[in-house]
Amino acid sequence: MTATEVSTWELVVGLEVHVELATATKIFCGCRNQFGDEPNTNVCPVCLGLPGSLPVLNRQAVDFAMRIGLSLNCSVQPSIFHRKNYFYPDMPKDYQVSQYDLPINTDGFLELPDGTRIGIERAHLEEDTGKSTHVGGGGRIHDAGYSLVDYNRAGVPLVEIVSRPDIHSAEHARAYVNELRAILVAIGASDAKMEEGSMRVDANVSVNRPGDPWGTRCEIKNLNSTRSLGRAIDYEMRRQIDLLEAGERVVQETRHWNEDDGRTHTLRSKEEAFDYRYFPEPDLVPIAPDAAWQEEVRASLPVLPAGRRAQLVERTGATPETAGVVVERDLDAFVLDSLAAGGVAGRLLVHAENNLADGTGRLEPTTFAAMTVMEADGALTATQAKTVLQELVANGGDPVAVAAAKGFEAMDDSALAAIVDELIAANPEPFQRFREGDGKVTGFFVGQVMKATQGKADGKVVTRLLQERAQA
Amino acid sequence: MSSAENTARGIAAAVRAGERSAVDVVEEHLARIAGREGEIHAFNEVLADEARAAAEAIDRGDRSGALAGVPVAVKDNLCTRGIPTTCSSKILEGWRPPYDATVVSRLLAAGAINIGKTNLDEFAMGSSTENSAFGPTRNPHDTSRVPGGSSGGSAAAVAAGFAPLSLGSDTGGSIRQPAALCGVVGVKPTYGLVSRYGLVAFASSLDQVGPFATTVADAALLLEVIAGHDPMDSTSIERPAPSLVEVLEAGVDGLRVGVLREMVDAEGIAPDVRRRTEEAAEALAAAGAKVEEASVPAATLGLSAYYLIAPAEASSNLARYDGVRYGLRVDAPNTGLMNEASRTAGFGAEVKRRIMLGTYALSAGYYDAYYGKAQQVRTLIIRDFQAAYEQFDLLLSPTSPTTAFPLGAKVDDPLTMYLNDVCTIPTNLAGDPAMSVPFGAGDDGLPIGVQLLAPALGEATMFRAAAVLEGVAP
Amino acid sequence: MADRITRDDVAYVANLARLRVSDDELDMFTGQLAAVLAHADDVAALDTAGVPPTAHPLPLENVLRADEPRPSLDRVEVLAAAPAVEDDRFRVPPVLGEAP
Repeated sequence: MTATEVSTWELVVGLEVHVELATATKIFCGCRNQFGDEPNTNVCPVCLGLPGSLPVLNRQAVDFAMRIGLSLNCSVQPSIFHRKNYFYPDMPKDYQVSQYDLPINTDGFLELPDGTRIGIERAHLEEDTGKSTHVGGGGRIHDAGYSLVDYNRAGVPLVEIVSRPDIHSAEHARAYVNELRAILVAIGASDAKMEEGSMRVDANVSVNRPGDPWGTRCEIKNLNSTRSLGRAIDYEMRRQIDLLEAGERVVQETRHWNEDDGRTHTLRSKEEAFDYRYFPEPDLVPIAPDAAWQEEVRASLPVLPAGRRAQLVERTGATPETAGVVVERDLDAFVLDSLAAGGVAGRLLVHAENNLADGTGRLEPTTFAAMTVMEADGALTATQAKTVLQELVANGGDPVAVAAAKGFEAMDDSALAAIVDELIAANPEPFQRFREGDGKVTGFFVGQVMKATQGKADGKVVTRLLQERAQA
Repeated sequence: MSSAENTARGIAAAVRAGERSAVDVVEEHLARIAGREGEIHAFNEVLADEARAAAEAIDRGDRSGALAGVPVAVKDNLCTRGIPTTCSSKILEGWRPPYDATVVSRLLAAGAINIGKTNLDEFAMGSSTENSAFGPTRNPHDTSRVPGGSSGGSAAAVAAGFAPLSLGSDTGGSIRQPAALCGVVGVKPTYGLVSRYGLVAFASSLDQVGPFATTVADAALLLEVIAGHDPMDSTSIERPAPSLVEVLEAGVDGLRVGVLREMVDAEGIAPDVRRRTEEAAEALAAAGAKVEEASVPAATLGLSAYYLIAPAEASSNLARYDGVRYGLRVDAPNTGLMNEASRTAGFGAEVKRRIMLGTYALSAGYYDAYYGKAQQVRTLIIRDFQAAYEQFDLLLSPTSPTTAFPLGAKVDDPLTMYLNDVCTIPTNLAGDPAMSVPFGAGDDGLPIGVQLLAPALGEATMFRAAAVLEGVAP
Repeated sequence: MADRITRDDVAYVANLARLRVSDDELDMFTGQLAAVLAHADDVAALDTAGVPPTAHPLPLENVLRADEPRPSLDRVEVLAAAPAVEDDRFRVPPVLGEAP
């Protein structure tokens, strides 16, 4: 399939993200909300759904749900719980307490780093299920083994965030998930780790010709990373396009992503329409957070990643891409502090984007600032600055002292000119090509100068000297 | 059977004063059980050893609890830690809960002695206790007849003198109707007044736990012990237990009492029941109440709305019985088939019927016409009651349309059985309190009870009138 | 007025509710359920336009609890009630199909 063929189709993606909330206890009982404990040790009559048990809602879960909703620009409204009825062994009551037509948060949006807004339809509260592990069997019916169920996870509070189908590329899908994660971590609502299951992403994917209505969609599950998400969307898009171009139709179904073979697979040959028989949960009463509570939550929200990026761009002139990386690395505050200490914005950003992947260590805003000033004054080349920075991060100290200790000093221009002239004399042919406009030769000369000066030359100065002689 | 010393109050006073030992009290009641339990079958399990041990502990220790030394029977759909709680169903046969229901904890904290778990219609679904998987309970007044249901065991236990007090549950009349048929006092409190934590759910928005007793004062005492806010129940009213015993003597002078026309005149109300209801109205008037006719027109829709709402909630509440974590499991090649085999073997016909009815009422395409509509009808019933309570402090009606009917008489036609609840169901839908007070006998000599109804949290007013009726009952 | 419940309807809801009914039982149950629902038709036929449904007889809202741990059950007691246990977990036959 050529790029042109793919590009004559539109991709429509909606994402459903389930997030485990970082509460101390479960949504309806006081059992600990803790990953990794011994099986069936964080259970009680309520989360086991024992006969006679009743749910009581965790205030912190409501608080986190509101935080999520407000961070996603949703309206918080009075809401109730519903029962979603179906049989499954990891469901202690064989119904899930969730929210249906009156969810706590509706109608928001999430802004991607590139400025695109993805609509958020709703973000509602519900309880998680237990976890079953399959044992034995080769996947065939007569060899099917059995399952073991652990209910520690049953009753952990979840918020389900449903996007509108505003996503039209795998890149945007990944950006959405990354940004959502950054927000969730920033507000403290969840650690949102796909690999650990505290954030689970399902993708609804369909394709259509431009101008046509949306096509039949398939739900893709079992995505364990943003990389899988991107790969699965790309695969599914092509799979659907192939079907439609062959004159077949896309069957509405749920499909599993298989990381090993890089394909989605159907779970059932025929989609079973579940009749969930939703009805209002009679054991719980409505929640109606008052204006004061909503305001309290809103006021306690930190600056969100979008706000931090905007701030960085405004105060340092960073490009959106650079701002995205710096904020994702959590280095924006440090950069701004260094700027306030007199640092040079451009150099601060370059280092933050490229040379501080492992953090700032013992580097201080004052020393960072001072170093960038040295660079701007020409007292340090870019290469030298990188080395000084590594030293400052590892061991702290003062950039001037570190530079001196390493024998870095700026080379005198006249000494440099002498070396350049020597090289030109020794390499008349390359220099002739340089005169004629062959830019590639520059690298050869700069490299030779660096060798001769043990890296103390400033590459930009060398280039300038060459150009002056070329025009002479 | 209610001489003063046999009442809960009498026993509690005697034990507190050291005049009787709790052990003697328990032995006396165990002897009565030994005498007649064989023919009555009020209990799924008599807790003889446990009761004796508890009585010894009371005698040795703290006798200050409001019910110290008083034997109480507990309906077998209330969780009792370590003691089988079967709901009279094969699917929970032998199941021992790892926790006590809140009402049970409060009973025990007051020093009461759990003397046994009583029989019921399976999962509280029925009006005769004939739907029990372990055999019916028989009416102590005439053992060829039913005690009523679903709390038939609890009513019979008190009527037979096996315990002065018992706990039942009421979803559509399951305390009041058996109370009437067995000639004892039975109370359904305001919805939310008594915790449901530990009551095995039938219909969550209708279920309430309540007392059976031989006297109004005893019922008041037990209700005081179990009532009051419970943080484990989100539908529990944020209030402490009301004071009832102290207001019992207040009388009914000036109280406005409305006789509920729709119920008195309902089809199927036997003439002797109607007569006793009218006599009760006259008795209240003679005691100073202003008695007139009252009307709650929407009440006639109660039965239909109930038989949509209750099964719908029940179908969901009973889904958890799937053979996975506890209860009966019948093995099968996959979980779905295992669920099916276990539930089919474990549930009786009435339970299956109601589960299917409820599933249907909630299913896609039918929700609006059935469950949705029934919830709207519920609003109409609530409004009509509220309107009536603007004019009246209390309402009066029959409890059960007839006296106790013979075993087997109504089992073949569920619809006929459902009609037993026509007077009691509306109050469950409204969430208001109601109680049955014995008031004479029918033409066949069997007990008749009249029902007092009060607005939400109107228990005190209800009990005052009940005390008056008790004083002059034929 | 809703249509009369059919044998197929009863078979469908029995399956949804994980109940197996024999052919004879199916006939019996269909008759009985139809009779009850016939009574319910007087409800279905009512004009209730504009009447809000009541899910709760109580006007409670915002019943919440603090996010503080409470003791969990002893695992031994929990698993003692289980029909089948392995590795401290509840053992069940294989599950066909995915969770929705």
